[in-house]
Amino acid sequence: MSATRYPSMAAGWRLPNLWDAAAFVCVIAILVGVGHVAAGTLTRIDAPGATQITLDPWNLPAYAVRTTLRMFAALAASLLFTFTYGTAAAKSRRAALVLVPVLDVLQSVPILGFLTFTVVFFMNLFPGQVLGLELAAIFAIFTSQAWNMAFSLYQSLKTVPSDLAEASVSFHLTAWQRFWKLEVPFATPGLVWNTMMSMSGGWFFVVASEAVSVGDNTWKLPGIGSYVALALEKQDIVAVFWAILAMLVVILLYDQLLFRPLVAWSAKFRFETTAGATASDPWMLRLMRRTRLLKLIGEFIGDTAALLGGMRLSFGIRPRSLASSEPSRTIDIAWIALLVALVGLAVWRVVAFASQLLSWHDIGVAVGLGMITLVRVVVLMIIASLIWVPIGVWLGLRPVWARRAQPIAQFLAAFPANLLFPPFVVFIVYFHLSPDIWLTPLMVLGTQWYILFNVVAGAAAFPGDLKEVAANFRLGGWLWWRKVIIPGIFPYYVTGAITASGGSWNAAIVAEVASWGNTKLEAHGLGAYIADATDKGDMARVVLGVVVMSAFVVLFNRLLWRPMYAYAQRRLTLG
Amino acid sequence: MDTTVDVRPCLINVTGCRQAYHKDANADLVVLDDVNLTLREGEIVALLGRSGSGKSTLLRIVSGLLKPTAGSVTWRGTEINGPTDGVAMVFQSFALFPWLTVQENVEIGLEARGVPRAKREDLSEAAIDMIGLGGFENAYPKELSGGMRQRVGLARALVVHPDLLLMDEPFSALDVLTAETLRTDLIDLWMEGKLPVKSVLMVTHNIEEAVLMCDRILVFSSNPGRVANELKVPFPHPRNRLDPDFRQMVDDIYGIMTRRPPAGPKAATTVPVSPLATPLPRVGTNIMSGLMETLATEPYDGRADLPALAASLQYEVDDLLPLGETLQLMRFAVLEEGDILLTELGRRYVEGDTDERKAIFAEALRQHVPLVNMIRGVLDERWNHRASAVRFRDELEDHMSPDYAEDTLRTVIAWGRYAELFSYDEEAEQFSLEDIE
Repeated sequence: MSATRYPSMAAGWRLPNLWDAAAFVCVIAILVGVGHVAAGTLTRIDAPGATQITLDPWNLPAYAVRTTLRMFAALAASLLFTFTYGTAAAKSRRAALVLVPVLDVLQSVPILGFLTFTVVFFMNLFPGQVLGLELAAIFAIFTSQAWNMAFSLYQSLKTVPSDLAEASVSFHLTAWQRFWKLEVPFATPGLVWNTMMSMSGGWFFVVASEAVSVGDNTWKLPGIGSYVALALEKQDIVAVFWAILAMLVVILLYDQLLFRPLVAWSAKFRFETTAGATASDPWMLRLMRRTRLLKLIGEFIGDTAALLGGMRLSFGIRPRSLASSEPSRTIDIAWIALLVALVGLAVWRVVAFASQLLSWHDIGVAVGLGMITLVRVVVLMIIASLIWVPIGVWLGLRPVWARRAQPIAQFLAAFPANLLFPPFVVFIVYFHLSPDIWLTPLMVLGTQWYILFNVVAGAAAFPGDLKEVAANFRLGGWLWWRKVIIPGIFPYYVTGAITASGGSWNAAIVAEVASWGNTKLEAHGLGAYIADATDKGDMARVVLGVVVMSAFVVLFNRLLWRPMYAYAQRRLTLG
Repeated sequence: MDTTVDVRPCLINVTGCRQAYHKDANADLVVLDDVNLTLREGEIVALLGRSGSGKSTLLRIVSGLLKPTAGSVTWRGTEINGPTDGVAMVFQSFALFPWLTVQENVEIGLEARGVPRAKREDLSEAAIDMIGLGGFENAYPKELSGGMRQRVGLARALVVHPDLLLMDEPFSALDVLTAETLRTDLIDLWMEGKLPVKSVLMVTHNIEEAVLMCDRILVFSSNPGRVANELKVPFPHPRNRLDPDFRQMVDDIYGIMTRRPPAGPKAATTVPVSPLATPLPRVGTNIMSGLMETLATEPYDGRADLPALAASLQYEVDDLLPLGETLQLMRFAVLEEGDILLTELGRRYVEGDTDERKAIFAEALRQHVPLVNMIRGVLDERWNHRASAVRFRDELEDHMSPDYAEDTLRTVIAWGRYAELFSYDEEAEQFSLEDIE
């Protein structure tokens, strides 16, 4: 045995290499940066430089670091939320009765509308300190990240393969061991993918949440979002382009340094019994595996995790038969009665609140504006589909192009589209175009890429034999689209379109109102209604707008996307 | 020799075991009924039966994964409540953790018991070497072939040195040659006394496998699962499949398994519980035609020995028996003491062209499958000649588990479509008379 181990031992004793030196410098730099930013959050809000920024492009790297750290702080909070909320929902049947529908609703609520109120809340927690503002910004990002991650974990925990569950019971794994050895690894690929999606969504919010005004005060936390806000006030288009460039660099860095390696690594946990075609490791993962220092750090983390996960904690839950005793009926009934009472109370409170401040007319106005926004979303989805489906199919059927296009489309989806708004606004102002029509494309600017990369994936996965059949019978033109490729990519298209349309609703709040210096452009729609009410601090109308928008999103999903998705899964998936 | 008292210590004792699933408003679905089982040290015992006979359920009850509705299960004399130490299980699907290497998979049971790392490595090393996995320690399951994966499953179970090894159809997911290698390897280890176990209890639906490996065979009957027969296998290891005594025993067991009172030619004399109480297996019309055609030609000439037929078609009991019973249900063939005989009707079917075949099939369906008659009756009555499948599924579920009801409905849909008795719209889940006649 010692003979076979020799080569790996020899490799292990290599001297530190040049990469180690580079990695070492990087690690130190990151630690210093984090320390510096953390110290900054404790300064007073009126201290010089704490909430003022300049348009000097040389400050942008520092701003970018601040913005990125906010993102990761929110991500950490989201992970914590995911592991508590998602686990509770999956493990307790009674908790799931409440937690799952709540999560479902939270997913569709445009939290952006509540930004002002959360800022006030957090500032009152830490009066006079920057920390309050920071926490408010982080909370806004958190609300854009957490829900789909928690859902992903919940769904994975609910679909753990039954034979593995049986094996872990029969080999006496404790609840704790089972969670870390079976359930979390099984959930990892989905969770990593959703974390990546959440990061993309988070950028959108970070830009919107750094510069906030409450009443007459406006604070700008040092960051890319504030930088853009200031550039808009000062009508400095060059600064806007600098910000876009900085954002591109940041996204490229975290994509390459963090998510590519993470996704490649998580492929190990994919639940499949056959060895599929594996893509080559991204360069960062290769670097980590070959660099002695980084490798040691990775192994240390892995060993610690294994040690913690391997602990025989049982929390008093003994590994018992899978089919345990019947749940108590009386407790069930009491629990449901309690829930009904709570819902009743909530309805009563909402009605009382609404009847004081709102009239039927208000509701009519909000629903009417919702209709206008609905028309926008529908038209945009149709136009985006007409453009991107043919392009996606063309790319997807050509493997070389598909490989090139896929990362670019994913990258574009990750880019915060609100950074790209200013050039559009300048364009509209300059040519005196109607904001009702020309502000509309902004809603789909960031989300259309989901359609593209899903269609590319679908066309790339289209079976070769079906392609040959189509060629053999010389199916062409419209017939080919109708009978061959559209049904073939439909499940993928629907997946992309659901994400795109959900994102467009959210973007409406930012996209229907835009300003350039003193010029303010406003389109008619529910998004503008919410944004206006937020500006005026009109709590009742913000709530009304957000509720109406959530209702639209939920109805849109239930009545259109869900049935379409179910149909696609049932009829148009192969095998 | 049957009168000698067995003095070997008793490991597992199952008495009066019953497993039923409660269905609201209706009678319980009984999976296992009044099953008794005693397992002593030093024997390999097979639970042999068709799918749905509850043998896997019994295995899970013995392992402590499942609590029986009634009856007692004792392990070395004490009642069990949850998974027992001293029992380890091998799964049909292998159930390996895809993110753990071979060695990590093998060590999982030790880790759960808190065995220190050094000890763990020694034990897993020994188990891996014993089971012939040396050199694969760092491989992930997806890099291995099916046979190698099941070896990991075996090593994982053996490394904890269980007194009782449970195996749930351990070789049924493997190809014929691989399965045979694993069986002989396991028996060799057992005979050499190298297996760190006292007894083995295995579930199988492969008759030859049971006769090849086991000392005792419990044959299960279905609906509800009961022990229909208990047989001792008197042959010493290594056993020879071609030995006439071996063949005779396999033949006898086929006879036992096809001797089922309902659905036989005498079924008319017994009072049927309900026209919908018989579940139908997923047997397609093509495979029925194929078997009848095979039976009609040389060398069978209308009569075949089931084990020989199974061997030549590479079918297992689970494939062949439902097929034979379906032919018997339609009166196309008769099962008799391990043989299958083509009837006159079956012969006419084989000789017919497509339309004649369909006509014969339709007639047989209307006479012998009450569910088909019922569906057609409802369709004829309705003004729009449409009926939802849901009501039939609900009625079936009053008599059988949802899975069986689903299978039965699927089978009836396929048969009815072939016989052109009705058509079915999958999207709307509706039967109709569109395009019929």
